[in-house]
Amino acid sequence: MPEKKSPSLAVNFAGIKSPNPFWLASAPPTNTGEMIMRAFDAGWGGAVWKTIGAQVTNVSSRYSAIDWNNQRMMGFNNIELISDRPTEVNLREIAEVKKRYPNHPVIASLMVESNREAWHDIVHRAEDAGADGLELNFGCPHGMSERGMGSAVGQVPEYAERITAWVKEAARTPVIIKLTPNISDIRQPARAAKRGGADALSAINTINSITGINLDTLVPRPNVGGLSTHGGYCGPAVKPIAMNMVQQVASDPEAALPISGIGGIATWRDATEFILLGCTTVQVCTAAMHYGYRIVEDMADGLQHWMAAKGFSTIEDFRGLSLNRVTDWKNLNLNYKIVAHIDEQKCIGCDLCHIACWDGAHQCIHMDRVSGPIDGHVEVHSIPASYEAVSRSSITVTPIPKLDGSAKANGHGPYPTPLARIPRVDETECVGCNLCSCVCPIENCITMVEVPTGLPPETWAQRTGEKDCVPPNKAW
Amino acid sequence: MPAATHLDQHPDVAHQFADLHPPLSPQAAVVESNLCLNCFDAPCTAACPTHIDVPRFIKKIASGNLTGSAISILEANVLAASCSRVCPVSVLCEGACVMHRYNEQPIQIALLQRHAMDAFHASGLPLPIKSNSMATGKIACVGAGPASLACAAELRQRGFHVTVFEQRLLPGGLNTYGVAEYKLRTADSLREIKLIQDLGVEFKFGVSIATDADFNALEAEYDIIFLGVGLGAMQKLKIPGECHPAVIDALRFIETYKTTCNPLIGNNVVVVGAGNTAIDAASAAVRMGAQEVTIVYRRTEPKISAFDFEYEHAKSEGIRFLWLTQPIAAHAEGESLRSLECLRVELVNDKPETIVGSNFFIKCDLLIPAIGQSPLIDWLAQCRNITFENGHIPADPATGRTANPKYYAAGDCVNGGREVVDAVAGGKRAGIAIAQALEQSHA
Repeated sequence: MPEKKSPSLAVNFAGIKSPNPFWLASAPPTNTGEMIMRAFDAGWGGAVWKTIGAQVTNVSSRYSAIDWNNQRMMGFNNIELISDRPTEVNLREIAEVKKRYPNHPVIASLMVESNREAWHDIVHRAEDAGADGLELNFGCPHGMSERGMGSAVGQVPEYAERITAWVKEAARTPVIIKLTPNISDIRQPARAAKRGGADALSAINTINSITGINLDTLVPRPNVGGLSTHGGYCGPAVKPIAMNMVQQVASDPEAALPISGIGGIATWRDATEFILLGCTTVQVCTAAMHYGYRIVEDMADGLQHWMAAKGFSTIEDFRGLSLNRVTDWKNLNLNYKIVAHIDEQKCIGCDLCHIACWDGAHQCIHMDRVSGPIDGHVEVHSIPASYEAVSRSSITVTPIPKLDGSAKANGHGPYPTPLARIPRVDETECVGCNLCSCVCPIENCITMVEVPTGLPPETWAQRTGEKDCVPPNKAW
Repeated sequence: MPAATHLDQHPDVAHQFADLHPPLSPQAAVVESNLCLNCFDAPCTAACPTHIDVPRFIKKIASGNLTGSAISILEANVLAASCSRVCPVSVLCEGACVMHRYNEQPIQIALLQRHAMDAFHASGLPLPIKSNSMATGKIACVGAGPASLACAAELRQRGFHVTVFEQRLLPGGLNTYGVAEYKLRTADSLREIKLIQDLGVEFKFGVSIATDADFNALEAEYDIIFLGVGLGAMQKLKIPGECHPAVIDALRFIETYKTTCNPLIGNNVVVVGAGNTAIDAASAAVRMGAQEVTIVYRRTEPKISAFDFEYEHAKSEGIRFLWLTQPIAAHAEGESLRSLECLRVELVNDKPETIVGSNFFIKCDLLIPAIGQSPLIDWLAQCRNITFENGHIPADPATGRTANPKYYAAGDCVNGGREVVDAVAGGKRAGIAIAQALEQSHA
């Protein structure tokens, strides 16, 4: 039997060929040639060099993070500026990396003051050094924006369009515009970039943020000599925001270009989701800062195994497949109904679904398996506090074998959890909101089961007589 | 009350009786507290006899609110520090943890509770009070063990005048004198009780309530008398040679090593009985350098009254168990105890019967009977109009009320000998009931 060919991760991003879709974003992990070469050795497909151009001086400290429960760096924030190394050193190292790693794309991230000559000059120098493409940093939200660069450009579509056009006058390699999320409608600067002639987009840059305040000193983080400033937020916390913005751009005919997805990507799963929304490459920073370049090994490995399992042989085979599953709310089927189902064998009796449904949803998960199920609206049920009151007023003693006999009481029903602690869903009242399945700590214990309503699909748009409405697709 | 520092551990004891379950580091406590699922109407809370709101105090540790965490614990259990060390949590809160069905490991509730309580003691904060005004009514608590302390604290927190009478010189009962040092140090027991004293509970030490006149005086001065007198002395083996000085019952043995610098030690120690106290005593003998420590028990392993985890602990300490063995005489040579003579036992219809002629001898220079405490029958007989059954005071579990409305009772003297937490729960319930009764009578 011939050996099955493993799926190919190679991509062609707006004409830039890359051995895989995993690029390091323009950030501290791509500060020097030495670093980028080690990253390529670890398996990264490409790298966007830390932004070069305007001269800067950095402060210390520069980073702050949000930890959540036991997880460090759920969200990460920086006030570091663009590269503080001399431009000629960066360019010399770009040439060195390209000489040694000709098959790995190196993208020069650029940011200079907003005049045509300055942009032409930096474009020529970057391309002469051997850059495979140019990423215009219209997104940096701190420091540079106060000097009229970075997000100050990205937030004004006319500026973005004009500078893109200047760059295109000089560029011989693909031009990627990196978008800022610090704007109400990201499609506007994306459209401007496309009008200006951009070859591709990358999104998102970091989000304006204050990550936290030290409750002893009352100084927000990061602390620079007793003061702080807003920074750029990234890391796993921003992924949903980034995915929405990528989807918005990718679905907009006036903005759509090849997209390099950025924002909270740490695993192959994250990367795959961005590709399913249309991205050709993805860029990673925070996860590499957290754990080092080595994380790319599982990103590639996991994606390949997933592709093999799904029968995809190239990235193009599945790129964008989820895009047409996102629509406006008005196009959703109002007659699609699901209800929660609790698997009694899996339930551990934490009863978080009960309290979540009562305090955060629609009061339809009850603790009445022993007392006898009652369906109906809120008034016919015991409220959560009454269950607690019963437990707290019960008289409990330590079981002592000598005094109580050794029979271990297990008469609590047919399931691993005592019957009284397994909640019950009143399907007549359940609105299928998903909250209980979100809070349940056990995988697949609460599933949402479709209940045929017998009604034909109907959308809000249809109901309100909106013209040109999209009928809901029954197959979905 | 003598300062706890007078009872600093003997250096050898401190060395040999290090914490069986060392405290969590601050970061480990936060990590552990974050693992708690924060169950609704949590089974751990229901399983605790004092109904400490476990998820509530654990999530306060997670949020960095250690003071709030400790206060929420103390609201339910004023001896929470000792309970966190001595409770058999595997059959209580941790046994009820839903995590057993999640990843097989319960949340380390006891260590988290200890973490919060250690922080509270380090903070120097007083116990919270439950009423800002003084209430009318005087209560005498007889005995200064966990039941009385919980009752006294509850009433004092509600503004009542409370006096605790204790025949010994230190408060705490078995918490102070009778718990293995690697679980609860005497100093830690006393530190916790100091907070109850600081609430304004009055303690009278070295006072035994023994005569009719004593009871008359109490009844004359106090509106309510709470009995938290526990159980009596440990039962005798009733064998020849038992009055030898090298025969010391388990509670006295434990008390001696905990509170004096000259504990009795032996090379070949035999403990008779297989309950939790027997194991505490046997483990102590191992730690104090005995070459061989043997527990003899007339039945077999499945019948022992020690908790499973105590039995496992005993085996891990290298304690030898001799099953189906009945001691019949202790033999001395000159001043030294030499051996314990035993008979083999067989179980006939599940009843142990000695086998005639099966005599054998175990090397033994220190004999520790640990076959349970006897009820305080003679003493209880003096209390007027309180019936008693099987040597215990019948009292309403919800209120601690006895047949005589002036008398309330809880703890071992009612329940026959359970855990510290059961005594605390009973004392607390009695305190609440007494407060309600007094408020009604003075309303």
